[in-house]
Amino acid sequence: MKLKARHKRFILIGIGLALIALAATLILNAFRSNMVFFYTPTQVEKGEVPKDTGFRIGGLVVPGSLKRDDDGLTVHFVITDTSKTVQVIYKGILPDLFKEGKGVVAQGKVDASGLFVASEVLAKHDENYMPPEAAEALKRARENSTSTLVVPK
Amino acid sequence: MHINWFKYSSPQTFYPLAGKMIPWFYGLAVLFALAGLYVSFALAPTDFQQGEAYRIIFVHVPAAWMSMFIYIVMAGWAAFGLALNARLSAMMAQALAPTGAMFTFLALVTGSLWGKPMWGTWWVWDARLTSELILLFLYLGFIALQSAIDDPRRSDRAGAVLALVGVVNVPIIYFSVKWWNTLHQGSTISMTAAPKMVTIMLLGMLFMALAFWMYSIAVALVRVRCIILERERSTEWVKNLFGEEK
Amino acid sequence: MMHWGSWSAFFSMGGYAFYVWFSFGITAVSLFIEVIALRNRRSEAIRLSRLLAQN
Repeated sequence: MKLKARHKRFILIGIGLALIALAATLILNAFRSNMVFFYTPTQVEKGEVPKDTGFRIGGLVVPGSLKRDDDGLTVHFVITDTSKTVQVIYKGILPDLFKEGKGVVAQGKVDASGLFVASEVLAKHDENYMPPEAAEALKRARENSTSTLVVPK
Repeated sequence: MHINWFKYSSPQTFYPLAGKMIPWFYGLAVLFALAGLYVSFALAPTDFQQGEAYRIIFVHVPAAWMSMFIYIVMAGWAAFGLALNARLSAMMAQALAPTGAMFTFLALVTGSLWGKPMWGTWWVWDARLTSELILLFLYLGFIALQSAIDDPRRSDRAGAVLALVGVVNVPIIYFSVKWWNTLHQGSTISMTAAPKMVTIMLLGMLFMALAFWMYSIAVALVRVRCIILERERSTEWVKNLFGEEK
Repeated sequence: MMHWGSWSAFFSMGGYAFYVWFSFGITAVSLFIEVIALRNRRSEAIRLSRLLAQN
């Protein structure tokens, strides 16, 4: 089938305009809601989070706070931004990088008792890359330096 | 040494020059790719938190760099063509767009393949991922607009306007992880801080980036030669070029 | 293979074989397709130019 040049042009202009419109829609949508990808526990505490609808919270998993129920799927943990904390309950599979002390972003709702019921849990990792031995050495160095800082006090 | 750049700004003189440069850039691309793959898989150690999955960085980050860099270069050529009414500049912009779109696509796909095992999701609508997707639409919009208008002058002008409007998206992509909170992590390599990565991993990434860069130059030159022939088919110099050989 | 114990360890990529090899694979395939597509476009452009020049 051979399209007339004029028709082909109209179709291509249509596709071009549709793509630009799609890009613009995405930009506007991103500016409206997704600029705040997640809220911090402090914002949750202050009530700066959307009411009635779901939202995401982000922070670090408090070390020692991760507990598993007997069903093996339901997990409890605490998210902190180092000043405030939020209790989270989640039923499902955790991502491989989910670890205590590491970053996490959870999507869900706050229930009546103030518990955050997550429907999705994502791991947020940092931008550092190094072999395990280097990470271990760094950790040891940090522990030594903090202990010397703390002791004189 | 004085080089008459204007001499090379005509398609007629640039055509054979580009032809001579292409094998060199292809060769460099292959060399850097071999070195990059060797470092990425044989020399670079396991990562302390992501294990072997982090090796996706060796294609993901160079592809993402190229997607943004090519867009800036493309917009630069387009602006140059618009300002000086230079035919070859507009052709260069046109020649870069498909390669830029391909690297944007690769950055998105490899990012998705990295996000699934590490973050736990193929895709999220955070500022970094959304703005990179917009970049893909800008490339595709540019290509569609250019091919929609038959008159080369008008199509170059329309494409240039779109390319220049879209350029604001590039700093948005780059700084998105700083300006807003995102699931995507911050920059490992930045102009203001030491790289947050051991040297051998960094070397692998730089080799791969150089390979993609050389590859991009090579294919853009091949494509610009096609565009030159397609547009100037009925000019005397093209006829002379192909008329004598039997 | 420097720190890989065996070839099978290398190919399994610590359990992330699918993600790692798919990423590198799709990159290689994309570059290859672009090169081939350009080769075809070039021979078509030359064919038409020659046709026009010799008539």
